[in-house]
Amino acid sequence: MLCTLLLPTGGKATVNGFDVVKQRAKVRESIGLVFQDSTLDEYLTAEQNLKFHAYAYKIAKTEREQRMNELLELVELSERRKSKVSTFSGGMKRRLELARGLLHSPKVLFLDEPTQGLDPQNRRHIWDHIHNLRRKNNLTIFLTTHYMDEAENCDRITIIDHGRIIAMDTPDKLKDSVGGDQVRLKAEDNIKAAEELRTKYGISAAIDNDEVTFNIAQGEQFLPKLMRQFDNSLLSISVHRPTLDDVFLKMTGRAIREEEVSFRDQLKKMGRRGGH
Amino acid sequence: MSDIFRGVWVVAYRELLRFIQERSRLFSSFAMPLIFLVIFGAGFGETIGAMVPGVNYLQFMYPGIIAMTVVMGAIMSGISVVWDREFGFLKEILVSPLGRSGIMLGKSVGAATISVIQVTVMLILAPILNISLSILMILQLLLVVFIISVSISGLGLLVAARMKSQQGFQLVTQIIIMPLIFLAGVFFPVNNVPLWMEFISKINPLTYGVDAIRQIFLGSEAAAALSVSIFGHTMSVLEDVLVVVVFGGILMLIAIWSFSRQE
Repeated sequence: MLCTLLLPTGGKATVNGFDVVKQRAKVRESIGLVFQDSTLDEYLTAEQNLKFHAYAYKIAKTEREQRMNELLELVELSERRKSKVSTFSGGMKRRLELARGLLHSPKVLFLDEPTQGLDPQNRRHIWDHIHNLRRKNNLTIFLTTHYMDEAENCDRITIIDHGRIIAMDTPDKLKDSVGGDQVRLKAEDNIKAAEELRTKYGISAAIDNDEVTFNIAQGEQFLPKLMRQFDNSLLSISVHRPTLDDVFLKMTGRAIREEEVSFRDQLKKMGRRGGH
Repeated sequence: MSDIFRGVWVVAYRELLRFIQERSRLFSSFAMPLIFLVIFGAGFGETIGAMVPGVNYLQFMYPGIIAMTVVMGAIMSGISVVWDREFGFLKEILVSPLGRSGIMLGKSVGAATISVIQVTVMLILAPILNISLSILMILQLLLVVFIISVSISGLGLLVAARMKSQQGFQLVTQIIIMPLIFLAGVFFPVNNVPLWMEFISKINPLTYGVDAIRQIFLGSEAAAALSVSIFGHTMSVLEDVLVVVVFGGILMLIAIWSFSRQE
């Protein structure tokens, strides 16, 4: 909808100050897009794909050549500019699409799962480019991903479940919202340990898989205090800062939902990076 | 408005680029009609003899085959839309500031330009078949080919406007479009056929496209007896083209409307 491919069923939205229904052409000029699936013409060369884009977005010739050279350099595809896209690997295609999405100097760059299906090297590569871009240009990047570790990079994260926004905040605040750090401990007698936690500290701990787990704010400071005074003998103890995975699971539930339609929206988590 | 024009030329430009880069398409566009000409020409030529005095079967069929190439090319503009949708490139076009109508017309103009190139190449055969060419005739022919192709691509684009897969498109082509081509007077004149066939042929707009091209090649006098006549009136080239343009124009409008609503 924000990219003007779908008409909203209700409500209002603006991108770069333009209404997505009434000012579609303006919106289209302000945004760059990298889709989940390749949208390159594989029978054309990298250069021809970029040229097509430049013509479509009415980029003047001198500017076009300069931007093309710059961007191909940035995504490290300069040597392959005359090769057909069908000879490219998945990562190269994605990088070319990134370059293409930036060719017309958009204000907002939409990335739909930019690293989906790529190996770690390529993922790292793509992310280096994204960081680079953000530093150099005055650019807002709007991306969707289901890799939670990637979402960590964002300034602001929105979690969408079944088409509704259920949370929107910075990564740190989201982590706090799930109830602080998680502490896992093993004692000689887990049941007694849990009982002691409850009576001494008012903590309701759960026991699963031979472990006692509970959440507490500032777990690192709590642990030394706990160890000094704990009566039961401890075998092991660890503290976890919650990851975004935990946040996501907590908010959307653990169950894998079967419906086909919800596959995307349940996995989908939207991250936003403000470039300002 | 300028967005629409830009759309037309950008999209058409890419169609041409694709056409030139795919050697096999370049080759097959020429080989298919040649095969038709050789096989049908050799098969029927002796039996049929002269269609009318001065026009033998090959000379009759040659313009028909050219028209068939043009019609097929125009229909293929539709498959190009479906292809782009299947392989994702359509999204790249759709999120650009190019207007929807410019995109559709661009596909159509692209196909028409390719048709003009194909027909120009096919003209090499004319001297072999003893059909005399003049510069004026060639110019007239190429102009008419372009107009007919743009119009008939309306049919292909309408089919493609909502089609998701190429198989679906091929199926429609086989059950609707191939019969229309066969009933358009490519291989036999539509005047001396059973009544039902004559009726279908004469409401088939492709017939008029074939007729226009044939009249240009054979001259309106020689072609008179072979041309389409409606209630005793023999169609002229201009009338033929007009029929095709009106028909194609309407289909094109519906195609653009349907495409814009969908995407």
